[in-house]
Amino acid sequence: MLKRPGEFEREPVVRIADADRSDLFGRGLEYNPPARGVWNIVHMGLLVPESHQVYVCAQGCLRGVTLTVAENGTMDRLSWVSLSEEDMFDATLESDVVDGVAEVIEKLEKKPRAVMIFLSCMHLFAGADYEVILDELRERFSDIEFIDCYMTPTMRETFSPVVWLIRRMCALIKPLPLDRKYVSLIGCDRATDEESEMVKLIRQGGFELLDINSCKSYDEYMELGKSALVLTYMPTAVTGAEELCETTGAQHLHIPNAFDTRVIRDNLLRLCGALGIDACDFDENEKAAKAALDHARQTIGDTAIAIDFTAVTRPFELALVLCEHGFNVKTVIADEVGEDADAFDRLAKEFPDIEICSAKNVNMLYAADGEHEKTLAIGQKAAWFFATDSFVDIVSNGGLYGFEGIKKLAALMEQAYLFPKDRKTVIQQKGWGCECNAQI
Amino acid sequence: MKNVSRILPCYAADTSGVCSALYELGGMTVIHDASGCNSTYTTHDEPRWYDRRSMVFISALTEMDAIMGNDERLISDTVAAAKDLSPGFIALCGSPMPMMTGVDFDAIACEVEARSGIRTFGFHTNGTRHYTEGVSEALEAVLREYAAEMPKAEGIGVNVLGLTPLDFPLGADDSINSWLRNNGFVPVADLAMGSTLEDIKKAASAKVDLVVSSSGLAAAEYMLERFGINYVTGIPVGGRFGSELAENIRQAASATDHGCVFSQGMGFDENTDSGSTVIIGEGIASMSLARALGSELGMDCTVICPLGADDLVFRGAAKDITSEEEIEAYLGKTLPKTVIADPLYSYVVPEGTRHISLPHLAFSGRSYKNEIKDLVNTDIKELFK
Repeated sequence: MLKRPGEFEREPVVRIADADRSDLFGRGLEYNPPARGVWNIVHMGLLVPESHQVYVCAQGCLRGVTLTVAENGTMDRLSWVSLSEEDMFDATLESDVVDGVAEVIEKLEKKPRAVMIFLSCMHLFAGADYEVILDELRERFSDIEFIDCYMTPTMRETFSPVVWLIRRMCALIKPLPLDRKYVSLIGCDRATDEESEMVKLIRQGGFELLDINSCKSYDEYMELGKSALVLTYMPTAVTGAEELCETTGAQHLHIPNAFDTRVIRDNLLRLCGALGIDACDFDENEKAAKAALDHARQTIGDTAIAIDFTAVTRPFELALVLCEHGFNVKTVIADEVGEDADAFDRLAKEFPDIEICSAKNVNMLYAADGEHEKTLAIGQKAAWFFATDSFVDIVSNGGLYGFEGIKKLAALMEQAYLFPKDRKTVIQQKGWGCECNAQI
Repeated sequence: MKNVSRILPCYAADTSGVCSALYELGGMTVIHDASGCNSTYTTHDEPRWYDRRSMVFISALTEMDAIMGNDERLISDTVAAAKDLSPGFIALCGSPMPMMTGVDFDAIACEVEARSGIRTFGFHTNGTRHYTEGVSEALEAVLREYAAEMPKAEGIGVNVLGLTPLDFPLGADDSINSWLRNNGFVPVADLAMGSTLEDIKKAASAKVDLVVSSSGLAAAEYMLERFGINYVTGIPVGGRFGSELAENIRQAASATDHGCVFSQGMGFDENTDSGSTVIIGEGIASMSLARALGSELGMDCTVICPLGADDLVFRGAAKDITSEEEIEAYLGKTLPKTVIADPLYSYVVPEGTRHISLPHLAFSGRSYKNEIKDLVNTDIKELFK
C-alpha cells in the first residue's frame, strides 16, 4: 500500500516554514522524471563554432552523449573512444586517448579549429596525466586547439559539470587588446532577449554585445577576448568569467537574473556604471512589469501555481514576487536553495504554507499519477509532477532578463493558462530549443 | 582502433539491459552510479518510462562515497526506499565507478536483503559492456530465483526468452504470443515483456523455450540444465521461416537434446564475401531475417553482429565485426547491393548501396522509435521488396 505524507522514511514534500534550507530533503536514492529540456554539456559544447567533441568514457556514459547529437542532428560534431576494464591496468590510459583522438581527427573531412576532449570519472580516479595527453596532441596537430573537458558526474559536488565546462570554454578564448566598445556575455545557453533592459542599455550606449550564441565562426568566438567588460547573469558562469578576466584583464560584472525589483534595479545601475553611461530611470520598466503581472493575475485568478528550478535560476524569488502580486503559488520544486536564500527566508515567514517538492526523491515516482487540482506550472518538471498541460515551457530563464523578463514571463503564464500544450511531446524533447529528431 | 568511433553511436550498455529486463516485474532496480546511467536509460533506452511506472533509481554516488568506500550509504538508502515503496524484489547493478573501486555487489545485496527482508540480487554490470549482457544476467537470475518445478502445461507450453524493448517494439509480446497460439502452442511466460513474476514462477511448466535474442541464451541454458527444457532460437519472421521455426519447436518439445535453428546452413563463404545483402544488428534477429529473406525472396545475406556473436548459435555464420572502422572497411571492400540496418548506420553505407532502414532501439534510441518494425508474423516481401 502506498504511504501517505508523514509516513515516509524520506519525505518528498516539506512545508517551507518547516524546511531546513541547508538540506531540504537529505540524501537518498534518486528518481529521474521524464522532463528533458535542460541542456547538457554536449549541447553547451556545441555552441563553440567549428569545434569537435571527443568523449573518452565507458559505453554506458557514451550512450547518452552520442544519442544527444543523434537527436539534434549534429552527429558529425562528436566522436568517442570507449574505455574498458583493461584500460585501467594495461598502462594505455593516456596513449589510448592520444591515439583515439588522433584517429578521429585524421578521419574528419574538415579539420576542426578546436577539439574538446571529455575525460571521465575513470580518468580522474585512475590518475590519468592530462598534460601528457594534451602536449602530445598539440605536438601532432599544431593548428588545432585542444582543451581538456570533463564528464565527471561522480565529482559533481567538487566540480559542477556545467561550471567546469563553462570554465573550459572560456579557457579557449585568448587575450586580445581590450576594446571598451565591446561587452561579452558569458555562460548563457540561449540568446538573451533583445528587448531586455540589459541588452538595450548595451546597444543604445553604442556598445557591441558579444555572445557565443550569436557566433558563427571560431574566429568570431575568439573576438570575445577583446571585450573590456565581461558580463554574467547565470550563477554557473561566474567562475569561468572570472578566470577569463584574469587572462584578458577585462572587468567582470555579475548581474544575476533576478525577480526582486530592487535587485533588478541595482543590477541595471551597476551595468550603467560599468559601461560608463548615465544611470537611467527604470520606473516605467518596473511599472510595465507590475502591470503585466496584474494582468496575468486577472486572467489566471486563484489557480494553483507550481514553479520548478529548471525554469528559472531563482524559483523562490519568483514565488515571492508572484505571491506579493496575489498569485496562488502553492509549490516550488527544488532540491536545494541557490542564489535566492533571502527570498526563501521571506517566503518561509510570510507564506509559510507553500510546499517544496523534491524533484529527485524516490517517493515522487507516482506523483504525476495522483489527483491534482488545476495547476499552472512554470517549468517542465512542474508540468510533469502536477500532470498539467498548462505550463510555461522555459528552461534556464528562457533568455528573459530584468523588468522586461518579468513582463514577458507574465505573458507566458497567461498563454500557458489559456492554451494548453502537448505535455508528453514537449517536455521529453532533449535540450530546449535544439533541433529534435526523436520520435517521442 | 576498435574502440574508436568517428560518428556512429554506441549500443546501450549492460546497466540498461538489467533495468529493461526487470522493468515490468514489480521490483526496484538501483543503479549504483552518480547520475548519467539512469538519465540515459530513462531517456534513450526505456520507451515505457513516461507512461508506465517502474522503480528504477540511481544511488547518486559521490566522489567522497567512492573514495571512502561508503557502501553503507547505498545499503541504507536502498533499504529506506524499499520501506517506502515495498518492491517485490530489489536489484542492484554497477556502473564504471563501482568497478573502479571494487564494490562487492553480492555482499551488498546480502546486507540489503537481511535488513529489508526483501529478496535482493546483485548484478555485475559495469557500464563497459553491451546491454545484451545485462539482460542476460537479469533473466537468468529471475528464472533461477522464481521458476519452480511444476507439472507441464497442457499442449506444448512455450516461454519466450530475451524479449525486451531494447530489441523489440512495444507490443511484440502480443505478436509472438499470437503467433504461438496460431501454431497450436501455449504461451507460458515472456521474459520480460508482458509477464509478471507470477507468470515466471510457472516457467518450468513449458516444454520449450523460444529464444528471440541472444540475451535469452543464458536463461535458456539454465532452463535446459535445471528443468530439461529444450530451446529453439529464432524470431518468426515471414511465413516460411515461421513455419520452419514452429516445426523446430514441435521437434524440440519431443526431443531429448536441444534444438538450435541456426547451427547449420546459415554460413557464408568466408573467402568470397558473396552476400549481396548485408544485415547489421542483434544476432538472432538478423539471422532470422536472413533466413526469411533467403527462403522467401532468394536473397543471399551476410550478417554482421556488432554486439558479438555467440559461438553456440552462430558457429561462424555471422561476421566477427564490431567496430565502426571494421564495418566501414568491410562494406567498402565488399560493396553489397543492399544493407539492412538501423538508419544511423547510413554514415558508413557506401555510395551506391541501397540502405533499408531497420531501426533498433538499442542502437538509435528514440530517434526512430515509431518506425521500429514488428517483424513477427508480417509479410517481409512488403517490407523489403
